Amino acid sequence: MADKKNSPVNVNRRTALKTLAAGAGGVAASGLLPGLGGYSQVHSAEPIKIGFQVHRTGIGAAYGRWYDRTTQACVEKINAAGGINGRMIEIVAEDDGTDPKRGAEVVEKFASQHNCDVSFGTLFSHVVYGSAPRAGELKMPYFVVSEGHHVASGALNRYTLQPGITDVKSQVEAMAPFISENLGKKVTMIFPDFAFGHDHRDYFSAAFEARGGTILEKIAIPPTETSFTKYFPKIPRDTEVIYHVMVGPAVLTFVKEMGEFFGPSKPEIFGFIDSLEAVDIASPGLEFLDGTYFWEGNPRYAQEEQSEFDTAYREAVGVDENGASVSDAKDVSTYAHMFGCWETLHIIKRGMEAADYKGPADRTKLIEAVEAMSDMPHSFEHPQGAKLFNGKTHQTFGHQYISKVTDGKLVLAHTTSIEDTLYEDEVDYTAQSF
Amino acid sequence: MKDQLRTSLFHLLIIGLMAGLYFTLPEYHSGVLARAMVLAVYAMGYNLLFGYTGLLSLGHALFFATGMYGLGLAMQHLDVGASTGIVFGLIAALVISTVIGFLALRTTGVAFMIVTLMFAQAGYLIILWMGEYTRGDEGFAIQASERVLAGIDLSQPDNRYFAALVLFGISLLLIGWVVRSGFGKTLVAIRENEERARMLGYNVHRHKWVAVIISGVLSGAAGAAYALLFGYVGATFATVQYSIFPLLYVLLGGAGTTLGPLVGTVFMYYLIDLSSQVTSAYLLIAGVALILLTLFAPQGIIGELRKRVFPWLP
Amino acid sequence: MEFGPHFFLASLEGAVNAAVLALMAVGLSIVFGIMRVVNVAHGEFFMLGAVIAWWISSLVGGHPAIGFVLALLAAPLIVGAIAVAADHFVLRRINYDPERTIVATIGLLYVIQQTTLMTFGPEARPVEAPFNTRLALPWFEKTADGFSMYWPWGLSTTSYKLAVIAAAVVILIALWLFMTRTKIGLIMRATQLDREMALTHGIPVDRVYAMVFGLGAGIAALAAVLIVPIQQAHYLMGGDPLLLSFIVVIIGGLGSIPGTIIAALLIGMSDGIISVFFSPTVAKIIATLLVAFVLIFRPQGLLGKRIA
Repeated sequence: MADKKNSPVNVNRRTALKTLAAGAGGVAASGLLPGLGGYSQVHSAEPIKIGFQVHRTGIGAAYGRWYDRTTQACVEKINAAGGINGRMIEIVAEDDGTDPKRGAEVVEKFASQHNCDVSFGTLFSHVVYGSAPRAGELKMPYFVVSEGHHVASGALNRYTLQPGITDVKSQVEAMAPFISENLGKKVTMIFPDFAFGHDHRDYFSAAFEARGGTILEKIAIPPTETSFTKYFPKIPRDTEVIYHVMVGPAVLTFVKEMGEFFGPSKPEIFGFIDSLEAVDIASPGLEFLDGTYFWEGNPRYAQEEQSEFDTAYREAVGVDENGASVSDAKDVSTYAHMFGCWETLHIIKRGMEAADYKGPADRTKLIEAVEAMSDMPHSFEHPQGAKLFNGKTHQTFGHQYISKVTDGKLVLAHTTSIEDTLYEDEVDYTAQSF
Repeated sequence: MKDQLRTSLFHLLIIGLMAGLYFTLPEYHSGVLARAMVLAVYAMGYNLLFGYTGLLSLGHALFFATGMYGLGLAMQHLDVGASTGIVFGLIAALVISTVIGFLALRTTGVAFMIVTLMFAQAGYLIILWMGEYTRGDEGFAIQASERVLAGIDLSQPDNRYFAALVLFGISLLLIGWVVRSGFGKTLVAIRENEERARMLGYNVHRHKWVAVIISGVLSGAAGAAYALLFGYVGATFATVQYSIFPLLYVLLGGAGTTLGPLVGTVFMYYLIDLSSQVTSAYLLIAGVALILLTLFAPQGIIGELRKRVFPWLP
Repeated sequence: MEFGPHFFLASLEGAVNAAVLALMAVGLSIVFGIMRVVNVAHGEFFMLGAVIAWWISSLVGGHPAIGFVLALLAAPLIVGAIAVAADHFVLRRINYDPERTIVATIGLLYVIQQTTLMTFGPEARPVEAPFNTRLALPWFEKTADGFSMYWPWGLSTTSYKLAVIAAAVVILIALWLFMTRTKIGLIMRATQLDREMALTHGIPVDRVYAMVFGLGAGIAALAAVLIVPIQQAHYLMGGDPLLLSFIVVIIGGLGSIPGTIIAALLIGMSDGIISVFFSPTVAKIIATLLVAFVLIFRPQGLLGKRIA
């Protein structure tokens, strides 16, 4: 793990203690008194404050933990190298409980109580949707790391950007050629019955049918479901490929029960790693996955031809070659997603440097600077791979990885081109006023 | 009558005080208060049923969500303005609470809790199931440019605050009037002893039904206002958790008091907000606080005040 | 899959659900019946059972069965002790007032959940089953020469799932014997019938209550240890079982243990079986509305007595 001693993240606690001490007369009342939650100027050179909306509790907590670790590691690197425009980054982390209402409140807190420069870091789409309107109204740049299609679909606003991680539509569409050419033409899809799953259903089936494939059955699993076997009989017998994606705490049960259902006669299986994110591939009951394929946002296992950038990133965050924490081999990371935090922070840095960012008055300049970006080469700043940012849709595009489970490890089998992941623009945010 | 007048004057004073707070509080806290007032209306609707009529519902999120989606879906898919959206939200809440009230009131006590819970759960699942229109759990945003009511831009902090205050004020005066009226007193009589109320010749079922409808419409109004003022419509608001919130707000603030819902809402907000600065497990602190409150202030904050200091509190 | 095997598989899955649900709900039902309080933290006791099972099985090396058996013994005791403490420090002091108990146990729910999050973490963690063999199941079809047996694609269960059903039956019978044949059980039931009378007969009601609360929590923990090799331990896993067992208790009729078990079977099984006929989410909607309408037309529950 990264050395915590030097990390500049103690402000939260300090403020809290101050607030508590001052408000000893009554916890509830103290918050109502003006000024107490505010900040004293401790540093001579004002730090750049990045509000970090993190899923510490609620269903996103397993992801939030690794988003947090990646963010801390990245900030430490950037600060050690001189910060942004000579100013240190200070992360102000607030838990959003993976809840859209609390998410909006947290953004308000960043804007008007912590006086953050930008806010950043949200993963779950519903929290993004709940928070983005408030970010827009507060004129607070809001950099999400969510892989939802919300930003690129035009549903949000000019202050919301997703420059550090690709969106589900491009990921899913890029899988269609590989599946139809290598695995089979008749697919049954299994996905969660909410918006994220529906995106998989709609975009994949369209792209797959355009290539002459057929979707035999679409099995939508209700959220909060904990047992899955009863749904598997709906899989048609002539299925050649199972396409599965699942999220939430029950993912391991889902994959395990799928294996028990098929027994020795399974079709080809293609899954999104979301179905096993933060879960050890070597868990008991997952042996049947050997020989099946997974989409990975970023290969969890260090590959043979690992780039020097991945090596450095892995080491900085504290992830071993199997994608688990270096201090606890059982603590598997959310490797396919969390690189987005690292890359987004570097983009914020680059944007602020390009805009010569001085303070909240320059927020619109920062957004324009990011909108002006396009090519992002494979580098220490972008360890997952090269990216192509679309300033109009506020969405980044990049390589997608397909890995094959081999001897209990994910081995890279195919890398898509960026072109495979592109689709037509659905919005032009630059036409909106600030 | 004197009673009515005094209650109304007291409530007007509170409304004036809330208006004054906008000019004295820093931006963050006035924003918090705007949201708290909307949620307090939800809790006030809940309180009419729980605090005054003695019916514990575990499904009020359904009414809140009905108002929210009534407005949100109309604005999103029928292309109507905010004022028509509000009408849609209120009518939807009226229809749903009338139907649910009719069905659920065949039961009492714990069975009533479960029936309301089940209807709310079905409502939540229906929102997910109709994902094509609702975008399921993810929900959708209502653009700031559409959130304009009678020429007033509700995405601006001051407009938002006073819009929330208008809703809160109307609801407070309405509730104050209802609970001091003969109707409200009958509700309390039903709460205290349903058999006796029936023997005295009151139509208990109809009184309860009307209480469910008023309660449901107020909750729906809060849901519609939330969508309009904060620009987001989502299925989280239809989950069980959001049915339990108003119960907590009311119990903390004081069941059967007119101001309890607001006090409970604000208290709960700051409890979570402040403790989240100390620890990521802020709900731990919230949990301990809840236990302490039940041990030492069982009537809720306003309830204890009324019991110990100000017996005249409505 | 054809209708027959599909239906059979859904019923089997439903039976596993029902078994665990019955245990969990009986725990809640005893507390509800005897103490007349709604324990909102019941789901968290269930969760604690699963987490402790993970903890024990990861401490103990060797064959997974060793850790599992230890967990089976220790988890209910530890969780029961926590519940007794909660009863002593909180519930007794608020006199088991129904409304205050709801708030206090919601508080307890947060405390347990968050403490678990801080110590155990947010991940879902697996516990290895002591034994887990996939059993392919046969089916019969009518052909020209009468019935013949065949092995449909996908029709299977695991030995562990069958063992869970058996274990639940054994535990429920043991519980029934405990409640009807032992002195403690008798005292508990006497307290349920008439608290005042029990007090005048010198029954230490406070201690009975503490024991009942501990017993209820212990049974929930036991149910969790049984299910955790199928599902995983996760700090938010208590929510759904709480709701379901709450529903089961009400549908079964308050305080009626046979009613609770029948309702658990109905609800656990119907969840699986309805999913044969409808798409999954629609099946959930129908199952949910079904519960509501059962209560609307029979508010006292299936085996409950009508009160006025």
